[in-house]
Amino acid sequence: MIGFVLRRFLESIPVLLTVITVAFFLVRLAPGGPFDTEKRASPQVLKQLQAQYRLDQPLYRQYFDYLGGVLHGDFGPSFRKPGRTVSEWIALRFPVSLELGAYALLVALAAGMAAGLVAALRPNSALDHGTMSLAMLGICLPGFVLGPLLVLVFALWLGWLPVAGWSTPLHKILPSITLGAAYAAYIARLTRGGMLEVLAQDFIRTARAKGLSETRVVLRHALRGGVQPVVAFLGPAAAGLFTGSFVVETIFQVPGLGREFVESAFNRDYTMVIGSVLVYAVLVVALNLASDIALALLDPRVRAQ
Amino acid sequence: MRFIVIMALALCFATGCSWRDGGALPGSVIRVGNGAEPQELDPHQVSGTTEHRILTSLFEGLADIDPTTLKPVSATAESWDISPDGRVYTFHIRPTARWSNGDPVTARDFAYAWRRILSPKLGSEYAYLLHCIRGARDFNDGKTTDFSTVGVRVVDERTLELTLESPTPYLLAMQTHFAWFPVHQATIEKFGAIDERGTPWTRAGNLVGNGAFTLAEWQPNDVLRVRRNPHYWNTAKVRLDGIEYYPIDNQQTEERSFRAGNLDLTASVPLHKIPIYRKEHPKLIRISPYMGVYFYRINATRPPFTDPRVRKALAMALNRDEIAHNVMKAGERPATSFVPPDTGGYTSRAAVTYNPEAARALLAEAGFPGGQGMGPVEILYNSSDAHRTIAETVQRMWRDNLGIDARLLNQDWKVYLTALNTLDYAVARSAWIADVADPVNFLECFQTGVGNNRTGWSSPQYDALIRASYLETDNAKRLDVLQQAEAMLLDGGPIIPIYYYSWTFLQSPAVQGLVTNPLGYIRWTDMWVDRGTGAKP
Repeated sequence: MIGFVLRRFLESIPVLLTVITVAFFLVRLAPGGPFDTEKRASPQVLKQLQAQYRLDQPLYRQYFDYLGGVLHGDFGPSFRKPGRTVSEWIALRFPVSLELGAYALLVALAAGMAAGLVAALRPNSALDHGTMSLAMLGICLPGFVLGPLLVLVFALWLGWLPVAGWSTPLHKILPSITLGAAYAAYIARLTRGGMLEVLAQDFIRTARAKGLSETRVVLRHALRGGVQPVVAFLGPAAAGLFTGSFVVETIFQVPGLGREFVESAFNRDYTMVIGSVLVYAVLVVALNLASDIALALLDPRVRAQ
Repeated sequence: MRFIVIMALALCFATGCSWRDGGALPGSVIRVGNGAEPQELDPHQVSGTTEHRILTSLFEGLADIDPTTLKPVSATAESWDISPDGRVYTFHIRPTARWSNGDPVTARDFAYAWRRILSPKLGSEYAYLLHCIRGARDFNDGKTTDFSTVGVRVVDERTLELTLESPTPYLLAMQTHFAWFPVHQATIEKFGAIDERGTPWTRAGNLVGNGAFTLAEWQPNDVLRVRRNPHYWNTAKVRLDGIEYYPIDNQQTEERSFRAGNLDLTASVPLHKIPIYRKEHPKLIRISPYMGVYFYRINATRPPFTDPRVRKALAMALNRDEIAHNVMKAGERPATSFVPPDTGGYTSRAAVTYNPEAARALLAEAGFPGGQGMGPVEILYNSSDAHRTIAETVQRMWRDNLGIDARLLNQDWKVYLTALNTLDYAVARSAWIADVADPVNFLECFQTGVGNNRTGWSSPQYDALIRASYLETDNAKRLDVLQQAEAMLLDGGPIIPIYYYSWTFLQSPAVQGLVTNPLGYIRWTDMWVDRGTGAKP
């Protein structure tokens, strides 16, 4: 197992290097620069700004300087928000996205697995069709529709929850539900599928024949196999959730990294873009690894491979 | 419902119940939607309205403007003398003026601030506003490093003398712009060199200002709080205890927050909500003129737009009334000139009017009868619903009135700016918002080779008129020279004025004392909130 983890860790280094390189050159290929504004700065000012941020150096030199900085944990200054470095911005905003993602994941797992289990235990019943229709709706309904709808009902009509912001626990409920809903829907369908497959297998019949209670059969014997598709899905899903969502963060005014990333791309804030991309890349690699380890722990056949 | 209660409890548990009551505000704290997150709070490193709204609470210039009359009134300087030729200003700084740490504000602080903004290495985008000071441009361009060549002289701690290149009648009005605000030398140098960008001197706990308020908390992308500055010279007159700025860049989110009673003022109103508010809650929406113009640039280097007759025909074929009233609907006024009416006492005598017959005749005279031979005309705009709607209307008017086939091209903001800068367009939507309430601030953009020209248009005669306006000592004559320049610009120049902006925002009934003005300045010191009138609309 340790060898497996170590190998995966070493494999991730060239992946991350490639990500940095591609992001570095792609963002510079995009037309326009960080200092282009509606009111155009004078050529002298532009020259000074470019010199300050070493944008006047040859591209290869900028690239190697940047790589050197990254190795020392320095992602450089933000071009558009000069008061803080990229590392500081990430430290400020990534934890917020992480927190929102964690709550959304909780919502997705709790709602999705419960719905999937209920549906799998009564296949083709009204309950099954009802739950799965709801799940289909959850997959189809985009965040920019669900979010404002939830705000309208729970914040503006009922007045129970705040409209936007991220300061109190109450502020965190609607964004978490909005972000988690689509994932809950996927998890519900995956749980249902996984459970139906396992429940039809011989060892479940044996367990029932032994006279075990249905609860024990389902929770002890079937669930372990039934959630495997969910676990495999959790790696990329968690990466998607933790990296923040531009839409949800915008609708609810959540100060997360998702919004910062999109804004920095629009602003051509080069260092901020590459910094955010790198955080995402590390997260995706780490969570996929975590998902593989979890699968190996759940399934001896994977371990044997 | 039960699910939500369970979720609430779960989240409360997960976050350790770190409850903060946002509802129990002191009566005199105003909550303001402020558009985007401020780039910075350093008056020498920012460039937008977002920052301006915050900086006017944290800093104060030598003079302020009366929001109603737009006339200069005393601020950190209690008085000033102007030499008969209008080139030397002597400011007398108030003995009671204090920084937020209690230090006296002196003439030296202003001289230091101006040396800082003009330092080439700082790369300040608004340093050009100080180029009216003698020798300032050379210092800013790095042609000299000797600041004593710049016309700023500290006579004594309370007296500051400013010598200008040429009389600048709007110099006092310009003092409300952050580019002219003083900075506290000891604070700047505690965190870095005078010309170093991005030092942490602007963070809460570090920032020292001379405004009516002082920075209490800055949670990026969440909230920025300022509270009353007890050292401010006029603090007895300040009625607000504090201001909370919320950087909500999504208009819909901001409007919903306002509706829920979480904001007292918004930065803007979603376009589709304006008619609803005007009809159903007219007391909550405020619409007032704004000193800015929405216009189309024409690339004067690309045939057939090299012919002034073609440019003029395009301008005359637009029914601006229809665009302003039926498309925009937020009190925008149709623009018949480039400089909005009553800008620093100036209203253009020349006008572009809607005259489809004359436009057709001009186009035929230029060799394109009924638009034949023109080829498709591409209208470039940065991605936005409002820009698209206007472009579609223009497209229809040009087709109906001139027989021209216009096509729409939308681009991402920076791609669009690059196209503008490299003259890679035919017609492009543009806007100019006044930095200073003076016509020259608009008209100087179209001098030959100036960065904001972006049309390739060049007229030696126009350049000469703008230069003459800089040197004219008699203000009436100066405005007359500018009238001639604008007449040239409107008669086949590279622009098509479309509408003058309006400043539209939502205001809760609790907000008192807010007087709007065409520059969009908010004087926080005049305002207060009265929650008794019902904060929630």
